[in-house]
Amino acid sequence: MSLTVLAVGASALVQDRGRFGWAHLGVPRAGALDGPAARLANRLVGNDEDAACLEVLLGGLTMSTDRSGWCAVTGARASVRVDGRPQEFAAAVWWPAGAVLEVATPGTGLRSYLAVAGGVAVAPVLGSRSTDTLAGVGPPPVRAGDVLPVGVTPGPPAASDVPRTPTPGPLRVRPGPRADRVAGDALALLCTTSYTVSPDSDRIGLRLLGVPLPLTRADELPSEGMVLGAVQVPPDGRPVVFLADHPTTGGYPVVAVVDEDDLWQCAQLRPGEPVRFTRAATG
Amino acid sequence: MRILPVGRHALLVEVSSPRDAVDLAGWARGQGLAREVVPGAETVLFDGLAGPVTGAEALDRALAAWRRTEPEPGRSVEIPVIYEGPDLANVAAVWGCAPDEVAARHAATEFVSAFCGFAPGFAYLSGLAVSVPRLATPRTRVPAGAVALAGPWCGVYPRESPGGWQVIGRTDAPLWDANRAEPALLAPGTRVRFVAR
Repeated sequence: MSLTVLAVGASALVQDRGRFGWAHLGVPRAGALDGPAARLANRLVGNDEDAACLEVLLGGLTMSTDRSGWCAVTGARASVRVDGRPQEFAAAVWWPAGAVLEVATPGTGLRSYLAVAGGVAVAPVLGSRSTDTLAGVGPPPVRAGDVLPVGVTPGPPAASDVPRTPTPGPLRVRPGPRADRVAGDALALLCTTSYTVSPDSDRIGLRLLGVPLPLTRADELPSEGMVLGAVQVPPDGRPVVFLADHPTTGGYPVVAVVDEDDLWQCAQLRPGEPVRFTRAATG
Repeated sequence: MRILPVGRHALLVEVSSPRDAVDLAGWARGQGLAREVVPGAETVLFDGLAGPVTGAEALDRALAAWRRTEPEPGRSVEIPVIYEGPDLANVAAVWGCAPDEVAARHAATEFVSAFCGFAPGFAYLSGLAVSVPRLATPRTRVPAGAVALAGPWCGVYPRESPGGWQVIGRTDAPLWDANRAEPALLAPGTRVRFVAR
């Protein structure tokens, strides 16, 4: 069974949970940026939560399938059509052989997730099918004309799946290793500054515009390991929140770390939208 | 060793040298302390702390079992180099020697891969006796296989990319292949010698 890609919008990438255990060789983890949305799409069609799906940036995706099966679209709320007929969002949708599926541009958010029963079955690289946009590990970005293999359907779709919808809110932060590179209380400054999302943001990092944080020193640190959610402050004082394709080592100070459970919001924030931080309650 | 907080699931351990970082990371990877153990220039990151080790005190106790090993006769790699690069004269000026002597000095150095970053399989090799400044203006395109120097480090570009390191030669050694059991030729801890060809 396979899917044929008829049209791609801004970008469509194969993503699963990502690549683990290779950071020491300089390989980013990659993986779906909005993890809860990707996992929900997989559950809806009966897949393992970590199966590979398509991460669709701002819609524009049109595909056909050569075998009937279930699919689901989650994440940024977009209209979904099969042969022109509107379908339910965030629900298992029957996709007949030969029919054309369209994922339109979402009204809010950035990234929608399309899961198909059986999962996208491109060859894994280092244990994952995810496309890493920083280092180019994994499959290339999906293009019109591509034929994507689909795996074996694991079982029937979930009868119902009503996950507790994650609530958007300020990004919860905990201290990072180099908080002392900011003059004053780094977390307090971060949490009292209003930021907006820069148009330069991508899968590597959510770049923020706002009053620059005052750094005590401008020189780089000896390179050190970086984590998902790291709030890195380059010499211009404008923080970058590291997302799934972040470099594995770097020399700019990390002053805070965003709670992993809040990073899905970073996948959906559009340029110009406001961002606030808040101190995480514990540990 | 100072242990610094890195959010909810990670800790950063400061050590005194690149050799200690690579040695500690190599030892710790075998202990199952974290999902990722990432050496840096003078640090080791423990990301995705596992089992009973979640806090700084527990990690400190676990790391107490680490003993600095003698320089191990570990994996050793020879990299053939053609010493022709646009920055040989720059490096010669910094080192105070003739351009062709740069090759001899470089090839006589025993390097150790300290850590990776920048690109998959790009290793920061320690061992240079005299540091070299970065280019004032980075190049937009450095070819794959370029052998280059910056700061106290030597590196080999696994693929074409932009870069600000001083290029002194080129190699066709297969630095990165995701399909190999050990994808990076110069994984941290590997001893490296360059051989003029």
